[in-house]
Amino acid sequence: MKVTIDDIEVEVEAGTSILNAARKIGGEVVPPAMCYYSKLPGTGGKCRTCLVEVAAGSTADPRPMPKLVASCSTPVMDGMIVKNKTSQRVHEGRSAVVEFLLINHPLDCPVCDQAGECNLQDLGYEHGSVKTRYEEERRTFDPIDIGDKIKLHMNRCILCYRCVEVANQLTEKRVHGVMHRGEHAEISTYIEHAIDNEFSGNMIDVCPVGALTDRTFRFKSRVWFLKPMEAECDCTKCAGKVVLWMFGKEIYRVTGRKDQYGEIETIDNKTAWICNECRYDKKDLAKWKVIGPRVIDRHSVISQGKYETSINSPIKKIN
Amino acid sequence: MPNMKRENNIAQTAAEFNGFSKETIAKFNEIKNHFPVGKEKSAIIRMLHLAQTEVGWLSTEAMDAVATFLNIQTIEVYEVATFYTMFHVNPVGKHVFEVCRTGPCMLVGSDQIIDYISEKLNIKVGETTADGEFTLKTVECLGACGYAPVLQCKYKFHENLTKDKVDELIEAYRSGIIEN
Amino acid sequence: MKNRKLLLENVHIPGIETYDVYRKNGGYRSVEKAIKSLTPDEVVEEVKKSGLRGRGGAGFPTGMKWSFLAKPEGIPRYLVCNADESEPGTFKDRYLMEKIPHLLVEGMITASYALGANTSYIYIRGEFMYILHILEKAIAEAYDNGFLGKNILGKGYDLDLFVVPGGGAYICGEETALLESLEGKRGNPRIKPPFPAVKGLWGAPTVVNNVETIAAVVPIVNDGGEAYAAIGIGKSTGTKLISACGNLVKPGVYEIDLGLSIEEFIYGDDYCQGIANNKRLKACVPGGSSVPILPHYLVTKTANGDDRLMSYESLAEGAFASGSMLGSGGFIVFDEDQCIVRNTWNFTRFYAHESCGQCSPCREGTGWMEKVLYRLETGNGNLRDIDLLAEINKKIEGNTICPLGDAAAWPVAAAIRHFRDEFEWHVSHKEEAIKRNYGLSKEPMLA
Ligand SMILES: Cc1cc2nc3c(=O)[nH]c(=O)nc-3n(C[C@H](O)[C@H](O)[C@H](O)COP(=O)(O)O)c2cc1C
Ligand code: SF4
Ligand code: SF4
Ligand code: SF4
Ligand code: FES
Ligand code: FES
Repeated sequence: MKVTIDDIEVEVEAGTSILNAARKIGGEVVPPAMCYYSKLPGTGGKCRTCLVEVAAGSTADPRPMPKLVASCSTPVMDGMIVKNKTSQRVHEGRSAVVEFLLINHPLDCPVCDQAGECNLQDLGYEHGSVKTRYEEERRTFDPIDIGDKIKLHMNRCILCYRCVEVANQLTEKRVHGVMHRGEHAEISTYIEHAIDNEFSGNMIDVCPVGALTDRTFRFKSRVWFLKPMEAECDCTKCAGKVVLWMFGKEIYRVTGRKDQYGEIETIDNKTAWICNECRYDKKDLAKWKVIGPRVIDRHSVISQGKYETSINSPIKKIN
Repeated sequence: MPNMKRENNIAQTAAEFNGFSKETIAKFNEIKNHFPVGKEKSAIIRMLHLAQTEVGWLSTEAMDAVATFLNIQTIEVYEVATFYTMFHVNPVGKHVFEVCRTGPCMLVGSDQIIDYISEKLNIKVGETTADGEFTLKTVECLGACGYAPVLQCKYKFHENLTKDKVDELIEAYRSGIIEN
Repeated sequence: MKNRKLLLENVHIPGIETYDVYRKNGGYRSVEKAIKSLTPDEVVEEVKKSGLRGRGGAGFPTGMKWSFLAKPEGIPRYLVCNADESEPGTFKDRYLMEKIPHLLVEGMITASYALGANTSYIYIRGEFMYILHILEKAIAEAYDNGFLGKNILGKGYDLDLFVVPGGGAYICGEETALLESLEGKRGNPRIKPPFPAVKGLWGAPTVVNNVETIAAVVPIVNDGGEAYAAIGIGKSTGTKLISACGNLVKPGVYEIDLGLSIEEFIYGDDYCQGIANNKRLKACVPGGSSVPILPHYLVTKTANGDDRLMSYESLAEGAFASGSMLGSGGFIVFDEDQCIVRNTWNFTRFYAHESCGQCSPCREGTGWMEKVLYRLETGNGNLRDIDLLAEINKKIEGNTICPLGDAAAWPVAAAIRHFRDEFEWHVSHKEEAIKRNYGLSKEPMLA
């Protein structure tokens, strides 16, 4: 099927979403995605940051779609014409969405573990009006520990449901989920319940904001002071392919390897989720084989100039 | 009447252990049969109604028992129970007055009725009387707007409320003339 | 022709809620006719001819909806009746189900036959638990008399019918949220496509129809689609249940011919008999809380001066500028002493309370509007707040997963459009606004 996105044509298989068609083109035409996660079926459609304009539905029915559509969950049609960067409506719609995501969001960036690698921070920078007109009291939740390894800052959560899907799809027993509804909806274990499962730590990696953070790392340093190194180990539970976040010779944090969309990479045809042992318990450099510096393909306002980015180093091909 | 047969309905003893009566368990088993094999989770909302009717509110134990019964994870029950406003996931009084506060009711005086009940029972909206008899809640449109103001107490509708009617109602519930 | 009733004709017959009385008065004829002498497609054809439009709010042609149902081999199809009735101002389905439950059961059987469904469900809001029991009793009677179960009327058609309660959530009236709830989950609307006609209940093709829509299938099959289409006006065919509430002498549920004049409906002796307590009409929300409010001078007449009628077209005349919608038939009337700002705040609080919270514009936007409106209503607002509301409105509209976002935005936009002076007065007369209401808006009164 042929689709045109921002005047660039691309050929994709039937059933492909507009977002994935755009990712096939790459670069500027790719809409931002805060809730969709290609490696977690069933995600998407919720955050509305990926809205695009469909200027023509298909060759067979070239009428435009009246509303902006979520590109992550709208399949392409042959001859569809999509506008992303080139649409003023998209810009306005997306700015509205970003403003909504921010009105109850704390101004925590200076003390947030996610700062520097946060999709919301990036979006706020690109689309947010400098000053919101929200004058009401912000909704607040106390941060809580869910188990001894993960901290939940519900104030920062955008309810993308990704962590719920990680628990559904990677672990045997889900003990956290979304409680209540509307503005009171929250991620919770309902009763005090530790999240404790070999792959549960991946929730931290999929969280697009700083709502779920690694307690074994918390507040030790700001991300941009750390040097990301690609490393691997022989692990019986996972592929053992990780990024070590180092300060000098010390490992401050271990995460999975993320691609330019913030998603865990596919290595040898499998999503390289990492197990909790690799994430939390191997902070000793002797346990790892370090491969070299990790290229961080990010355009975050903070990351620029702090990391080796794809702009000043050869682009790392991700399969 | 339902003609979908199913094996392995959980034995009564298993759930009795969790505190439900024989009647409730029989009802659980019956409702499960309204859905195709493998789709029994559909019974959850009605089971939660039954559980709440029996226990008075949805304690964690009651919800866990429902999870066991449906063979699903407890979190799935908590997610559902907290989504729907008819479920009390915190303890409530013996009689819960749920007074409609939405537009059509407001047009004919629901605000005044809510204030009056609150005054009369000496509790604020959301609170329970010290003797544990009454809880006052406000709810959204009960689908009875033509007979407003309206309140619901355990599935019973009380319509065209006036202050006098409220007095009578409170008395009737307190003295047990209206049963739950 | 006045007061013709297709659905509620027999409502006042004592014992009509029982099978025997219902049957004696011509009940279950449509099932006999359909199963014995019509093919399923012929039933669909009658419904198409009738011009029946969905009575749940959107007014989509029912026959067309039925013909969209996918029919893959070897996969069951479902008919689900939407008895969630939670739109403020709407209480017609409750009346029908409570008074004449067999009419819905009969409609479900005939419609299920037309769609080739062998299991059907009635999803009813949990607050109507007593009606669930009424329906279950009627269903049991229908089983006992061979209208449900295996081999209905000896013609080889099997159908099981069940009633499933909700747990208190307006959003479960939205058809995909309803299906989620029916599957035992949180009532989060689904992301479309796929639509229920292709992937609905448990992934199988499903039709969701309102109670009244399904009940209307009974007279359509009994008397033929053409007879039904002869009633009404233009594309608004047949009769419609209107639930009237607010400041009326005689609120209640009325069955009207579509096309009845609104003047007559509000003031006529056979209908609401005017505004209560000898007051004047201030405004009207004619189709449930989600539709735009009309100021008094646009209720009985359109902006062109034509009589406003109870029809999909006439109520929509003037579009957003001066029209509204027939919606679900929840007719809410405001007398001169009602405060539009307070009511707008009240409705917005409703939507904020009922938002499922899945998508950010609705989750955050409805709560934001509610807070701004509360400030205005309680004398703490300023003029910029009025523009801010209009702006938030625009940011929500069209950017959400389901129409609840729009349903929350439109009433606010319409209230500001028609009653801006009243909003401004709340800002300029803060003290007074808390003590008294603004009264009628300044536009000319029509007789
Ligand atoms: C927020 C929302 C609430 C709704 N509530 C109801 C309802 O309570 N009852 C109903 O029949 N339809 C309701 N609808 C409309 C349904 O989604 C659906 O269109 C309808 O059930 C289809 O039936 P019909 O074609 O017979 O009208 C609602 C829609 C939305 C978006
Ligand atoms: S989650 Fe992102 S936007 Fe929010 S405080 Fe953390 S870094 Fe800032
Ligand atoms: S905690 Fe993070 S991953 Fe989970 S829903 Fe919130 S934002 Fe998404
Ligand atoms: S518009 Fe509101 S109710 Fe509908 S899906 Fe989004 S959050 Fe839920
Ligand atoms: S990424 Fe598409 S809606 Fe969130
Ligand atoms: S508004 Fe109170 S019952 Fe509808």
